[in-house]
Amino acid sequence: MHRYIPNTDTQRQEMLASLGMQHIEELFADIPAQVRLNRPLDVPRSHSELELMTHIKALADKNLGATDYVCFRGAGAYDHYTPSIVNHMLLRQEFFTAYTPYQPEISQGTLQAIFEFQSMVCELTGLDVANASVYDGATALAEAAMMAGNATRRSEVVVSGTVHPEHRAVLETYGRTRDMTVKVVPHKAGCADMEALRLAVTPITAAVILQSPNFFGVVEDLSGAASIAHAAGALLIASVDPLSLGLLKPPGELGVDIAVGDGQPLGVPLSFGGPYVGFMAASQKLLRNLPGRIVGITSDTAGQRAYVLTMQTREQHIRREKATSNICTNNALVALATSIYLTVMGKAGLREVAEQCVSKSCYAYAELLKTGEFEPAFAAPFFREFVVKSKRPVAELNQGLLTHQILGGYDLGQDYPDLQNHWLVAVTEKRTKAEIDHLVRKAVQ
Amino acid sequence: MRKATKLIFEQSVAGRRGYQLPPLDTPTVNVSDHYPADVLRTQPPGLPEVSEIDAIRHFTALSQRNYGVDAGFYPLGSCTMKYNPKINEDVARLCGFTNSHPYQPEELSQGILELLYKLDQMLADVTGMARMSLTPAAGAHGEMAGIMAIKAYHRHNGQQQRTKFIVTDSAHGTNPATAAAAGYETVEVKSNDRGGVDLNELQRLMGPDVAGLMLTNPNTLGLFECDIVKIASIVHGGGGLLYYDGANANAIMGITRPGDMGFDVVHLNLHKSFSTPHGGGGPGAGPIGVKEHLVPFLPRPIVEYDGTKYYFDHDRPLSVGRIKNFYGHFLVLVRAYAYILSMGPEGLRHASETAVLNANYMLHKLKTRFDVPYDRICMHEFVLSGQRQKNQGCSTLDIAKRLLDYGFHPPTVYFPLIVKEAIMVEPVETEPVETLDAFIDAMLRIADEVETDPDLVKHAPYSTVVGRLDEVKAVRQPVLRYKEAPGTDASAAHPTRPTTPSPMAPAGKAII
Repeated sequence: MHRYIPNTDTQRQEMLASLGMQHIEELFADIPAQVRLNRPLDVPRSHSELELMTHIKALADKNLGATDYVCFRGAGAYDHYTPSIVNHMLLRQEFFTAYTPYQPEISQGTLQAIFEFQSMVCELTGLDVANASVYDGATALAEAAMMAGNATRRSEVVVSGTVHPEHRAVLETYGRTRDMTVKVVPHKAGCADMEALRLAVTPITAAVILQSPNFFGVVEDLSGAASIAHAAGALLIASVDPLSLGLLKPPGELGVDIAVGDGQPLGVPLSFGGPYVGFMAASQKLLRNLPGRIVGITSDTAGQRAYVLTMQTREQHIRREKATSNICTNNALVALATSIYLTVMGKAGLREVAEQCVSKSCYAYAELLKTGEFEPAFAAPFFREFVVKSKRPVAELNQGLLTHQILGGYDLGQDYPDLQNHWLVAVTEKRTKAEIDHLVRKAVQ
Repeated sequence: MRKATKLIFEQSVAGRRGYQLPPLDTPTVNVSDHYPADVLRTQPPGLPEVSEIDAIRHFTALSQRNYGVDAGFYPLGSCTMKYNPKINEDVARLCGFTNSHPYQPEELSQGILELLYKLDQMLADVTGMARMSLTPAAGAHGEMAGIMAIKAYHRHNGQQQRTKFIVTDSAHGTNPATAAAAGYETVEVKSNDRGGVDLNELQRLMGPDVAGLMLTNPNTLGLFECDIVKIASIVHGGGGLLYYDGANANAIMGITRPGDMGFDVVHLNLHKSFSTPHGGGGPGAGPIGVKEHLVPFLPRPIVEYDGTKYYFDHDRPLSVGRIKNFYGHFLVLVRAYAYILSMGPEGLRHASETAVLNANYMLHKLKTRFDVPYDRICMHEFVLSGQRQKNQGCSTLDIAKRLLDYGFHPPTVYFPLIVKEAIMVEPVETEPVETLDAFIDAMLRIADEVETDPDLVKHAPYSTVVGRLDEVKAVRQPVLRYKEAPGTDASAAHPTRPTTPSPMAPAGKAII
């Protein structure tokens, strides 16, 4: 007997008898003997709850993360504040133990939550339509590139080197499989190189791809990139930080055709990288090219307003090999977390968080420069995250900071050979002045 | 309790707040000094303005308009809606996991890496594979990663001419969609009269232009492919590889393994067989496992152990590349790890045996009143046809909707596509026989109702918060987002009058 399996041996025997059988083995007669496993699986013995918690807690305690260290590392995963209610709501079984809302009469909660999520994504991005979410920011970007390929019937994308290196890597993986060429244009002083982008775009370019704020934290010239893309009949895809959109102009107002991004900054814990949630929004004309689930409003037989999965003729379970994507999942529960975050923070809160990030990151930047140990790397304005050039190798600098319980910035030399000794420092609203001052003191030792 | 719920936007009151941040303790930077004017918003985003209690009430009300496994039976075929153990939620929320940064040094992440490494080994043994990649975010993502690995393998061996992938006519929609998304032409192999792959047809389709076959076993009819060894031999004989869709792995844990059946690549849906919650549609996790010859092509990075420390191996020159940022849905993987440790080897086998017994028990009792297209011993799920009831005036959809009134989540319907009026039932092992009996009783009563009072069934459900929906209208007049009517107070714009979505899309304004 196992605690998760309620039928007793007696009940099992009675059930077998009702089938005219005596042994459970008889149910597996269709499985050829030569493919049967004739030994127990090589996994640990069954653990009780007490043993399980002790064992896994010991594994958890071996990690030292943003609880134990003051975190100035970002690079796509940010240590922001999460209101308590987010987790409380996620623990409601009606949300987390439900399946995809294919039976709308008993799934109005999930469906309405997704509708609200789509609406919030549209509000943040300034675009017309959004899907119910995808896995994360990187796969959202890859899906957007494939979507642009389908919409334009073109076979290459031009991506700025200022896009997150891992997002570009995922894009290249998808591109290789789909015979979509991915051209990378190196950065210029921390920004997308507009002149090089213009030269890279060709008549087969499906999309130009930028990230803003980019991997270096720099706010990019999206409207400039839109002109370049549109002049060539290509789309502009922008990967955006949803938190920054409390302050920054929405991509839809800057000529962006598809905006994607990762919802992690909106109340999703660092979680060693996942699960997060990717969002995708687009202009109206691209609706039928959007991958993934979409919820719409309709009415029931009594005329009540109700929510339902719609536009499903784009999707794999209807269209099979002709679907816009193979994606099935949306990361509904994480999308719900971001909706709850945006609900409690609201108009004013999102702006205040974003403003605090600006003030605190500007303070840290100025204080680091004052030490004389760091030089400015790029001139363009940044959001929450900035790059400075260190006199010492970043690996050595970060190793020293660890001894003071500080998780220092990201070492850009890992991904950009031309940016050795360049340090990408993230300062969220959670960092106090005292913590920043501590960083600055210890960074010069 | 379950009254209609306004959208959160419609509950907004200007100036209301649900948050408080600490006062800014560094000098205030004026954003208009920091940024040029043309990059700043001129209008705030139309987010709601509500208090904390408003938010709590709203999302609680939404949750009450939902149905989860904890509320009742969820025999959704191909979805394995088993109980989600609560201890797994607790361990996934330990701060050593939730507060770890994906780029923190490996020496500070040894517990996480150890867990990933051990989970990899456990899943490899469950599937009979050499190595896993735990990165894929979901089943379809695992399929994509697996098909990419197969493609990379063929390319590496100079077999670029293999441009087709075979899928079965009973396959999940993701199979042909994935093969197509990976740049393959899909070819469909038909099922035979026993619900299995037609071997002659497979032999005919197999050739030097075929990269492989995607197969689910037990298949989507809930039937084990008895000819699996011959199938593998035909595909391998033609130079192709076999891909195992692990959606139905809950039937076979500890009993047989895809690796032993001859499959080269497998994905598992941890949100199915390994009890991680479905979350209303995600996040799941879809690790893939491969045989030795495909290990070099696995997505990067993978976790290795050198005898003293665990580390990420990024240096994998033949790898298909990165398929996701960071390392997959880590907290989902923690839950699956906890599940395997809770079950142990006997528990996993016991789970599969019980799932199969439960399915056969139900099939046996239901086939008295419903058609069974393939009357064989089933595995963990079975497929009925509602054709008899359709002839009596009620479709499978009607039956599904009527089940809602009996308090059950309906089975999967109209899938697989090769069965008319399909009703696909997967009872799982975590349900007691009393629940199975109650569901059987409801199905039999509905079969009676179809005969005696078909209108009752045709207009069901009657007990849910909304009745049947006009899905055509949702497509023809798409309203896919809330938009505040210009010049109106959002709180006054709530469309409780239910007939049309017009309050959200005033006349003269473009409806999105």
